Amino acid sequence: MSFKVEHEIHHRRFGRNVGLALTLVGFIAIVFGLTVVKVTRGDYEPEQARIQN
Amino acid sequence: MTDASINTHTETQEAGFGDYFALLKPRVMSLVVFTALVGLLAAPNAVHPMIAFASILFIAVGGGASGALNMWWDADIDAVMKRTQGRPIPAGKVTRDEAFAIGLTLSVFSCIMLALAANIFAGLLLAFTIFFYVVIYTMWLKRWTPQNIVIGGAAGAFPPMIGWAVATGGVSIESVLMFTLTFMWTPPHFWALCLFMKSDYKDAGVPMLHVTHGRRVTRNHILVYTLLLAVVAIGMAFTGVGGPIYLTTALVLNGLFILGAISIWRRTEEVAEADNYKREKSFFGLSLLYLFLHFGAILAEATLAPYGLGGW
Repeated sequence: MSFKVEHEIHHRRFGRNVGLALTLVGFIAIVFGLTVVKVTRGDYEPEQARIQN
Repeated sequence: MTDASINTHTETQEAGFGDYFALLKPRVMSLVVFTALVGLLAAPNAVHPMIAFASILFIAVGGGASGALNMWWDADIDAVMKRTQGRPIPAGKVTRDEAFAIGLTLSVFSCIMLALAANIFAGLLLAFTIFFYVVIYTMWLKRWTPQNIVIGGAAGAFPPMIGWAVATGGVSIESVLMFTLTFMWTPPHFWALCLFMKSDYKDAGVPMLHVTHGRRVTRNHILVYTLLLAVVAIGMAFTGVGGPIYLTTALVLNGLFILGAISIWRRTEEVAEADNYKREKSFFGLSLLYLFLHFGAILAEATLAPYGLGGW
């Protein structure tokens, strides 16, 4: 039997941490997605390489 | 002070994730997202869905960041006005310093990310929009001139231009007209709200038009701006973003909007007070629908154009 009673403040802090974690995960996913799109489109290829291709 | 009272105080100060999110003014952000999306989709250049999604997200974050900076600067008047008393800072959930830090960080972050995701011009335009809203409107115009909402309304009008810039990398007559539509719409929309918010702005010492020049002058201004708005809104139908759907929508909505403005103009303060500002409230409600449907019609024209149905 646990005597540790969770206070409402802990719930709020937990929610804040989960929110921040999800925001960061979402941001990583967006940067990854953008990188894939830009690299596959050849946005970062040097001008010379594009002319040769 | 007892231990119990200290604990209670700490409890009310602890913010949840939603309180920080509320700093970003989610309702204003939804308007920013919608108008920016329409600007992006109405542009002649196609944008990759991933870049479009990320760009709209960063524009929304930039808009939210300027909202947080607005709450940081206006915390004193937000605490006085009934409409804004529930915001995170006056409610004691988030401190001013936190709002400033979040607003500034997200402003820089959103502009850099938009420049990287789309193009530098779009990033710079977002930076200028944040600067305009926070420095020109919030810090300078709002407490200084009754024309605050007229000039400051430009800040809320930039998102469709930014969306257009994401797709094209520049500005064109169509994007300027989309800006003008929101710019001209803001004064009658906001002044109608002021008429039924009664003493809120007066109590806070904000020189809104109805506080400095009276309600009669405000009613006159609503009518004049509504007529000018109709010229811009209907004129847009004959540009690259217009078409039969937009023209029909604009004719109907502007007709209704002008009728509403005439009705407000003809009323005296005694009549308005007798029915608890019923006409002013319905005009305000119509103004929300007005902007949404105009941009919705532009979106419909752009979406149907590839099938030969949209545009002229």
